[in-house]
Amino acid sequence: MIGGLFIYNHKGEVLISRVYRDDIGRNAVDAFRVNVIHARQQVRSPVTNIARTSFFHIKRSNIWLAAVTKQNVNAAMVFEFLYKMCDVMSAYFGKISEENIKNNFVLIYELLDEILDFGYPQNSETGALKTFITQQGIKGQPQTKEEQSQITSQVTGQIGWRREGIKYRRNELFLDVLESVNLLMSPQGQVLSAHVSGRVVMKSYLSGMPECKFGMNDKIVIDKQGKGGTTDDPGKSGKQSIAIDDCTFHQCVRLSKFDSERSISFIPPDGEYELMRYRTTKDIILPFRVIPLVREVGRTKLEVKVVIKSNFKPSLLAQKIEVRIPTPLNTSGVQVICMKGKAKYKASENAIVWKIKRMAGMKESQISAEIELLPTNDKKKWARPPISMNFEVPFAPSGLKVRYLKVFESKLNYSDHDVIKWVRYIGRSGIYETRC
Amino acid sequence: MPAVSKGDGMRGLAVFISDIRNCKSKEAEIKRINKELANIRSKFKGDKALDGYSKKKYVCKLLFIFLLGHDIDFGHMEAVNLLSSNKYTEKQIGYLFISVLVNSNSELIRLINNAIKNDLSSRNPTFMCLALHCIANVGSREMAEAFAGEIPRILVAGDTMDSVKQSAALCLLRLYKTSPDLVLMGEWTSRVVHLLNDQHMGVVTAAISLITCLSQKNPDEFKTCVSLAVSRLSRIVSSASTDLQDYTYYFVPAPWLSCKLLRLLQCYPPPEDGAVKGRLVECLETILNKAQEPPKSKKVQHSNAKNAILFEAISLIIHYDSEPNLLVRACNQLGQFLQHRETNLRYLALESMCTLASSEFSHEAVKTHIETVINALKTERDVSVRQRAADLLYAMCDRSNAKQIVAEMLSYLETADYSIREEMVLKVAILAEKYAVDYSWYVDTILNLIRIAGDYVSEEVWYRVIQIVINRDDVQGYAAKTVFEALQAPACHENMVKVGGYILGEFGNLIAGDPRSSPLVQFNLLHSKFHLCSVPTRALLLSAYIKFINLFPETKSTIQEVLRSDSQIRNSDVELQQRAVEYLKLSSIASTDVLATVLEEMPPFPERESSILAKLKKKKGPGAVSVNELEEGKREGGELNGGGERGGDSSAIASTPSPSADLLGLRTGPPVTAAAPSTGSLLVDVFSEAGVNDDGFLSTQVSKIYNTVLVVFGYFNKKILHIVPLNDLSERELVTINEQTPQGVFVMAPFLKMFRALTCTILLGLGMALLENVDPNPENFVCAGVIQTKAQQVGSLLRLEPNAQAQMYRLTVRSSKDTVSKRLCELLAEQF
Repeated sequence: MIGGLFIYNHKGEVLISRVYRDDIGRNAVDAFRVNVIHARQQVRSPVTNIARTSFFHIKRSNIWLAAVTKQNVNAAMVFEFLYKMCDVMSAYFGKISEENIKNNFVLIYELLDEILDFGYPQNSETGALKTFITQQGIKGQPQTKEEQSQITSQVTGQIGWRREGIKYRRNELFLDVLESVNLLMSPQGQVLSAHVSGRVVMKSYLSGMPECKFGMNDKIVIDKQGKGGTTDDPGKSGKQSIAIDDCTFHQCVRLSKFDSERSISFIPPDGEYELMRYRTTKDIILPFRVIPLVREVGRTKLEVKVVIKSNFKPSLLAQKIEVRIPTPLNTSGVQVICMKGKAKYKASENAIVWKIKRMAGMKESQISAEIELLPTNDKKKWARPPISMNFEVPFAPSGLKVRYLKVFESKLNYSDHDVIKWVRYIGRSGIYETRC
Repeated sequence: MPAVSKGDGMRGLAVFISDIRNCKSKEAEIKRINKELANIRSKFKGDKALDGYSKKKYVCKLLFIFLLGHDIDFGHMEAVNLLSSNKYTEKQIGYLFISVLVNSNSELIRLINNAIKNDLSSRNPTFMCLALHCIANVGSREMAEAFAGEIPRILVAGDTMDSVKQSAALCLLRLYKTSPDLVLMGEWTSRVVHLLNDQHMGVVTAAISLITCLSQKNPDEFKTCVSLAVSRLSRIVSSASTDLQDYTYYFVPAPWLSCKLLRLLQCYPPPEDGAVKGRLVECLETILNKAQEPPKSKKVQHSNAKNAILFEAISLIIHYDSEPNLLVRACNQLGQFLQHRETNLRYLALESMCTLASSEFSHEAVKTHIETVINALKTERDVSVRQRAADLLYAMCDRSNAKQIVAEMLSYLETADYSIREEMVLKVAILAEKYAVDYSWYVDTILNLIRIAGDYVSEEVWYRVIQIVINRDDVQGYAAKTVFEALQAPACHENMVKVGGYILGEFGNLIAGDPRSSPLVQFNLLHSKFHLCSVPTRALLLSAYIKFINLFPETKSTIQEVLRSDSQIRNSDVELQQRAVEYLKLSSIASTDVLATVLEEMPPFPERESSILAKLKKKKGPGAVSVNELEEGKREGGELNGGGERGGDSSAIASTPSPSADLLGLRTGPPVTAAAPSTGSLLVDVFSEAGVNDDGFLSTQVSKIYNTVLVVFGYFNKKILHIVPLNDLSERELVTINEQTPQGVFVMAPFLKMFRALTCTILLGLGMALLENVDPNPENFVCAGVIQTKAQQVGSLLRLEPNAQAQMYRLTVRSSKDTVSKRLCELLAEQF
């Protein structure tokens, strides 16, 4: 279990320090600063063990969050908690920055008291927390006893993430499928590794306590239905369904039902939340193909030509495309010519950065650069780091499709048809690299 | 040196450094550096020539980036170009870069060397200094090869500026330290000595470091420096504090130079020339006088400088060890420091006094401070100072104060720091032995020692007690009584049990008359400790039990009962089991006569160097008393040790050849003499009672059968020969022989007939193992052994074919080294 939680600024000064267990001494704060933040060698592992104490840290912009424990805890749980903590904090006061943390330290301590009890994570649902931890300070009139008891029963009850009596004039629902596609490709165009990690994020503005049911083209479900001889065309289902490697759900999803029927049914929290997370590795649609060509002309010159091809429907538009071509460490000058977009040599990052605002599917674009090198006395050869790429496309590279999202509310008089539903797909690049 | 004017500062560099300091994170810093590196690369690309200023600026930036911990793989060429600039600042930056970043890249080194050569031959002193500094900073072999001939010339040239001379001397010192083989002595050496007379104090200070280093390697060539150094020293010492303006440090004239001069003088014996010596003594007296004067300043620097000179002077006085007056004065001066509130001074005073105590002139003077030192041992807060106090007590100890010092050390031992306990224990053991007049006191002390700090009492200490108790009849009864009393404590240390087991087993009969320590009581007492002990101690106790059966037949049944019990006779440890079985059988089968013969009282141990002393020598911490001094002490305490032969000190042997030879055997009785080939004249390091038992047995046997007198003359030198018999049965008996010099002669007289048994003894005495039934002719002897020298191990094989009829023999020796075989052959040939 978590023994303590510290927040540092970029200099290593402690902003927040909350110790939950006696086995964590005061010196633990300094130990982390000395051994991780101010370490001579940059510490890359998120888990550090110092004197039988484990430190789990994440970094948000310039802020370090570190959870400390002396016990053998589940590291994934700790990191999950730390990310949740970040979500909660940004839901309360926006961006996590040194100034915001300093301005809200009372609130943060209050939150820390609520979401961690003796080191055990508690309800960290922003919606639920906001009912009893408010930013406004003491309200004009104190909450009535009734209200207070209502909050207590709700927070400690079975559905801790949603309170009763929510009413909206328009029942609305937004569904975002956000995916990031990761790729490592050889210079010859062979896929060395590729996977998609996706999230289904929902924003629900529904009245009452609605029961929802979410359906997507999960291969297992589709196959089952195909066998059952239902209306779906078996030939079509084989192509359209996707194989999900693993997935995790928000606490509101009834896992027993998922295990038995593989159906995702839940009572949604109010507002924005992440319904599920998943990962796929098969039949990934790679939105872009990068074809590099590097030629060394003597010791002092390098010619680089990179072609990118978009590989999706011509009607779709990819956005925020950025290709990063690393340059050798002894580069002394660069000339770039590109047909589309803007390219620039960034000395501080040792790379040529080529940006294209928009690009339709099934198109091709090219950049060529001449790099001048300064002869050096070491014989070390340039390691040729891979060319990386960033983009955003309006479809899910994994092939995931939302089939339905049904809403049932028996007590109030609205039905599935009255709910306005929005679905959006966004595919982003994760680590999308091609070796050259 | 030309001052760097404000306008000459590099703005771009300042901006860059402040940018880096303002970076919020490591990543930002790396980005900034990458940007700057790219900028410098594009500037160095060579499209257009850079002016000296910008070259200097960029090289500076590269240096800064390198010092931040990033790799720099270009810019060397530009730095080398800077070397040929005529501006001081540009040259300076160039040299700085080269000194920090040079790698032995052949082409660049050539260019750099060229540039340095140019600067050295220029007449500009600042450029010469820069070049010399660069050579000294890099100090590589290549540099030494290129310039080792050049620099001495600059150093002694008449027209060289003082500052350049100073740099040249230090540069030469550095080259000499890194590659002494390249700096060749020549006619310049004599002229270097005369630099001590230089007008410029800086030159003298630099030169003296060089001279000290050189004279340590070849003292004869620099002998002339002594008188020069003395005159220089006397000039400094007698000068008023205002005379040497720049070189007066807090009212002390030239403290560094004085210290170095005094240290240089320590490389040489006292000057023979009376005038020089008188002058030096005068100087030393002045220094001691000055220490008495009230301080001219309250600043700590003043007293530090003064004391530094004083301590160097005292170590010189100790080094000469010939001026009783000065030694006593030094001792008194140190005595004042013993109570100084500065911890460092107390430490230094104790340390110097340790060496003073070994001088015959000042030993008495040191002894007067005993109370203070004891007090320091008890109350000092700093453990290192306490350690020095203990060392000093050890050093100042002699017969007159031994009891007091040993008592103090024992009482301190109870609270002593763990790190120094073992050494303290050894010291107490040695002092107790060395100055013991009264053996009961010795036994008491050692038993106390074991009681207080049993864990730190090494094997050697208790071996030594037993050796002494066995060799001295008068102390045996007392020892048995004391040990018996000590064992009655509910918890005793295992070492105590070992001593108790051994002594009661040998001399338990001496106290058996008292009903309180009747045999059975003794046995029960020992046996009550048995189960708490480790295996070797239990083995020893079992041997003690069998001796009890011999000493007190009435305990036989009880002891047999114990031996017969499953925990002994079926013990999982082979050694214990074997002993139990053998002793049980021995006690039940053998008649009392046989038992009495087998378990006869131990013969006196041959005298030998105290193994404790050997151990302390091995450990020999700083400040321990010199070996020679201890040796002398040993000779003094001769009646305890029976005056063993003292190896190691060839001069001592040379001065007294006859007594040492005498001690080896002529005067001592037959048992020892007869055993001479095997153990008598040898230092037996391993003390396993079984082994000694066997040896003792063997020696008496031999002496009974052959009334031959073996005379062994040994010239002992430091070379030690270990001979380990190959015979696996006797692996335990590692014998160390201290002999084997070309002069070593074995003479046997009268030697008429060749006795087979005697031959065996001789061969075994050599440490060889006799191999039976190897040679077809049973008359022949075949032996094998390994001779261990310090450097290597030499296996050797030997065959001796006697021909009784012809009164001749043939000796064949084969070993992996021809010199060894030859030597063995000679040795044995002399014996037959």
